Amino acid sequence: MDLLELTIKDVSEKLKLRVFSCRELVEECFSNIKKNDKKINAFLTLNEKGALKKAGEHDELIKNDKKIFDKKPLIGIPIVLKDLYTTKGIRTTAGSKIIEDYYPPFDSTVVKKLIDAGAIVIGKTNEDAWGHGSSGENTDYKPTKNPYDLSRVPGGSSSGSGAAVAYGAALVGTGTDTGSSVRLPAGYCNLVGLKPTYGRVSRYGIIAMASSFDSIGHMTKTVYDNAKVLEVTAGLDPYDSTTFPIKVGQYTKVLGQNIKGLKIGLPKEYFVKGLDNKVNNSIRDSLKVMEKLGATIKEISLPHTDYAMAAYYILVPSEVSSNLSRYDGVRYGGTREIFGAEAKRRIMLGSYTLSSGYYDAYYLKAAKVRTLIKQDFEKAFKEVDILIGPTSPTLPFKLGEKVDDPLKMYLSDIFLCPVNLAGIAGLSVPSGFVDGLPVGMQMIGPQFSEELLYKAAYLFEQETQYYKIRPEFKNG
Amino acid sequence: MDKKYYPIIGMEIHVQLKTKSGMFCGCKNDPNAKEPNINTCPVCLGLPGALPVANKKAIEWTVKLGLALGCKINTLSKFDRKHYFYPDLPKGYQISQYDLPFCYDGKVETSFGPVGITRVHLEEDTGKLIHQKVNGRDVSLIDFNRSGTPLVEIVTEPEIYSSLQAKEYAKKLRQVIRYLDISDCDMEKGGMRLEANISLLRHPQGVQTQTGHPKGGQLPNYKVELKNINSFRYLERGIEYEIERQTEILEEGKTPVQETRGFNAEKNITFIQRIKEGAADYRYFPDPDLPPIKFSEKWMGEIRSSEPELIDLVFTRWENDYKVDRKITELLFETAGESKKIDEIFINLTKQKLPVDKFVNAVANKKLAVNLFGKNTGEIIDIFKKSLAVDEITDDQLKTFIDKVLSSNQKAVSDFKSGKTNVMNFLAGMVMREAKKKVEFGRLSKLIIQLIKS
Repeated sequence: MDLLELTIKDVSEKLKLRVFSCRELVEECFSNIKKNDKKINAFLTLNEKGALKKAGEHDELIKNDKKIFDKKPLIGIPIVLKDLYTTKGIRTTAGSKIIEDYYPPFDSTVVKKLIDAGAIVIGKTNEDAWGHGSSGENTDYKPTKNPYDLSRVPGGSSSGSGAAVAYGAALVGTGTDTGSSVRLPAGYCNLVGLKPTYGRVSRYGIIAMASSFDSIGHMTKTVYDNAKVLEVTAGLDPYDSTTFPIKVGQYTKVLGQNIKGLKIGLPKEYFVKGLDNKVNNSIRDSLKVMEKLGATIKEISLPHTDYAMAAYYILVPSEVSSNLSRYDGVRYGGTREIFGAEAKRRIMLGSYTLSSGYYDAYYLKAAKVRTLIKQDFEKAFKEVDILIGPTSPTLPFKLGEKVDDPLKMYLSDIFLCPVNLAGIAGLSVPSGFVDGLPVGMQMIGPQFSEELLYKAAYLFEQETQYYKIRPEFKNG
Repeated sequence: MDKKYYPIIGMEIHVQLKTKSGMFCGCKNDPNAKEPNINTCPVCLGLPGALPVANKKAIEWTVKLGLALGCKINTLSKFDRKHYFYPDLPKGYQISQYDLPFCYDGKVETSFGPVGITRVHLEEDTGKLIHQKVNGRDVSLIDFNRSGTPLVEIVTEPEIYSSLQAKEYAKKLRQVIRYLDISDCDMEKGGMRLEANISLLRHPQGVQTQTGHPKGGQLPNYKVELKNINSFRYLERGIEYEIERQTEILEEGKTPVQETRGFNAEKNITFIQRIKEGAADYRYFPDPDLPPIKFSEKWMGEIRSSEPELIDLVFTRWENDYKVDRKITELLFETAGESKKIDEIFINLTKQKLPVDKFVNAVANKKLAVNLFGKNTGEIIDIFKKSLAVDEITDDQLKTFIDKVLSSNQKAVSDFKSGKTNVMNFLAGMVMREAKKKVEFGRLSKLIIQLIKS
C-alpha cells in the first residue's frame, strides 16, 4: 500500500472491496510517520493506540454492515488534527507550552462529526502557537519542515497538518484559517485547502485565535476529498451562535459538471510588484487552463486591498489579546511569561488597540475598513462568479528567512487575509511546480459558494493532475 | 446641628435571574448548589474552544424588567467583553453589555421623589472564591457553580439624596423584580447585591432645607463606592456612616479618597477594601462569539404581552376600587401571579357584599390564618365568612351566655377556682354551644375568668 497514491475515494473503494483493512491502513500511516516525522516534525501527539483500536472496530463494522459506507461516509479514513482542535482525552496544546499538558474533557463539534462519520484520528499536528504565523516557525516546539524541500517552511499556521498529508501520514489534515492558515500550507505543500465561509463550519471546541475570523477548514490531496470532508464538517451547530442555518451542499455531487461561461475575475491589486514572477507565470498558465475549460477572464478591482493588512493586524490582535486572557496562570499550569514572542506581540498590540482612548482610532476604524473590504468583494461578485489569484506572493521560503521580520512574515498572507476580513470562501489548489516547489492558486467565491469553487477546482485538477507529484524530501 | 452637606448617591444593583439554565450554557442555574463545581461545563468553566450561546429567556426577562421600570429598549443590542484578571473569572473577561444595554432611561418613584434609571443590562455572574484551610494550609478554592448565572445590573442616576431614599429605592426595586417573578432576590445568598456610590456636596445655603436638595447641581469631584452590601438595613447604616465620615474629612478641608469600602455590621462602620487608582480600563469590545441581538416587532410584542400590569397601577387600582391601603396590600403577595389571585378574591368578596378592607386587614394581621395561594377563592371566602361570624358577637352578648353557663355548671366553676384550669376548655365549649357561634378561645377564656373572679 502506498498512501501517497491513495485518496479518500480510492480508500473507500478498497475498504469496501476488502483490498486492505482499516487496521492495515492505519498501520501504514504510523509506519510512514515513524519513517519520516523525525525529519518533518509534523506531529505533537500521536494517537496510535486509539487509532488502532478504532480501526479494529471499523473493520468489524465493514464486515457486518453493508450500508456502513452510507452511514459513515469517512469510515476508515485517517485524519490528523491541528492542535487547536480540542480532543477529548487527547493532549491539546495549541502549539504552545502554556497548555502543554492539557487533556480536554470534550471534543470539538467538528472532531465529533468526523469521528461519527468514521474518520480515524492519527494524531495532533504541529502549528504556529495559537495559530499565529505563516510558516510554522512560531510553534513552541520544533518547527515543521516542507516535505518537498526540508530547508523550506510548509506554510502556516496549520503547518503540521499540511506536511503530514503531503508526506503520507494521513489523507486529511484539518486546520483553522484566520488569515491564511489553511490555504497557505495547502499552497506550499501541493494540497487542496479550504477556508470555508465564516460560519459554515462550527468553531465550538476549536481554540480561538480571532473569533470573528476563524474559519474551520481542511487540506486534502484532491478536490473530491476536500468536498467529501466538508459534507461532514459543515452545518449549523447549536453550540456556535455564529453558524448559519443554511443547508449543507452535496459538494461531491456537482464535481464534473462543466463550467462553461464561468466568469473569473482577476483582482489587479493581486498582480502587483512583490509578486514573484515565477509564481505569476504559474498562475497565468493555470488561467489558460481555466479558459480552455470554458471560463472567461476579466480584470477587476478590489480598491481597498492596500488597507487590508493594516485592518487585519488591528482587529486580529484585538481579539487575540482577549482570547488569550484565559491563560492567566491560575488554571493551566503555565504562566503568561511562557507565551512565545509572537503571542506576546499580539497581546500587546491588541491590548493597546482596545484601550480606552485608542479604541476609536484603531479598533473601530479598522472595523470600518473591514466593511469596505467586504463591499469590495460584493461589488466584484456582481461582475464575476469567482476571483482567482496566487495563494502566496512567493514560493515556499526558507526556514529562518522571515522569522525575525514579523512584517515581512505578515505579507505572505497579503492575498489571503482579505478573504477572512470579508468572511467569504477561499480555496487553494495546486497550480504546478516552479524550481521543484509547489505553487498554489487561490479561488475566491462569495459567502456559501463552496459548491461553485469545488466545481471549478475539480475540472482544473482533472486537467492538470498536479496532486500526483510526490514530495522528494529534498535538502534533507 | 445644621447640616452643611447633603449626600449624592447613585446605586448599582446586581440581581441573579432564576432562569432554568445558565446565561450562556445549558448548565442548571443553581449558583448555591451544596456541592461545589457540579453545575459546570466547558462553557462556564471557560475551557479553551468553548463558546457562549445566549439564553433567550434571560434576555426577555431583562427587557421585561426594563419595561416595568419605564425604560426604553435598544432594539439593536449586543454583548461585549469586559476584561480583567481575577481567579473567579475563567475567561479573563466577563460577557456583559457596554454601550448598548438592553434597557435605558427609566424611573422608579420613591416617596422622596423619582430616581432615574440609567440602564438595565445583562451579564454573566462569576465563580465564587472560598478562602479556607485545607490540611492545615490556607488555600483559596473556586466554586464555579455560580459562573454563568444570568445577572442583571440596574444602574441609577446620582439622584438619591438620603440613606432612607436609597433604602426605599432598593426595596421598591426588589418588589418589582419579585413581582415579575424573575428572581428571588435572596440577599443573604447573593441573589441581590447592593452597591452605593456616595459623595457629599456642600449645600448652597450652607443649611439643608426641608425639601432636601437643589436640583441639577454639579457632581462632587470624588466618589466612594460602598460595595457588597447584603441587607437594606446595612445599606442605610453604611450610607449614614459614610455621610458622617465624609463630612468630617470635608470639614478638615480635605477631599475623601476615591475608594471602594465595605460595611462591617458588627462595628457598624464602613472600611476600606481597595483604592481606585483612576478608572480601570476594561478594554470593552463587542463579543465576536455572540451575534448582535435584534428585537423584531414580533418579539417585542411577545415580551410586552407577557408583561403584567405595572405593580404601582395594581396598588392604585385597589386603593380606588376597594379603599385598601397599599401599605397593607403590599404585605399580601410578591408575584404578579399572586396579585391576580388576590384580584379574583376581591372581585368575589365584592360580589358577595363582603368587606374587602376587613379581609385585607385580617390577612395582613394574620388574624385570618389562610394561605391565599394554596386554596381556591371559594374556600378562602368561606373561611373569611366564618371568621366574620366570630367577630359578630359582642363582649356583652357573650357575657350573658357565660353567666348562664357558669350558673348551671357550679362544679366546674369550683374546680377551676381550686386550680383545675383544664376545665376552661369545657366551659368555653359550653358557651360556644349556647351562643351557637365559634368564638376565639383566647378572647372567650379571658371573659370567663373575668366573670368567675368577679
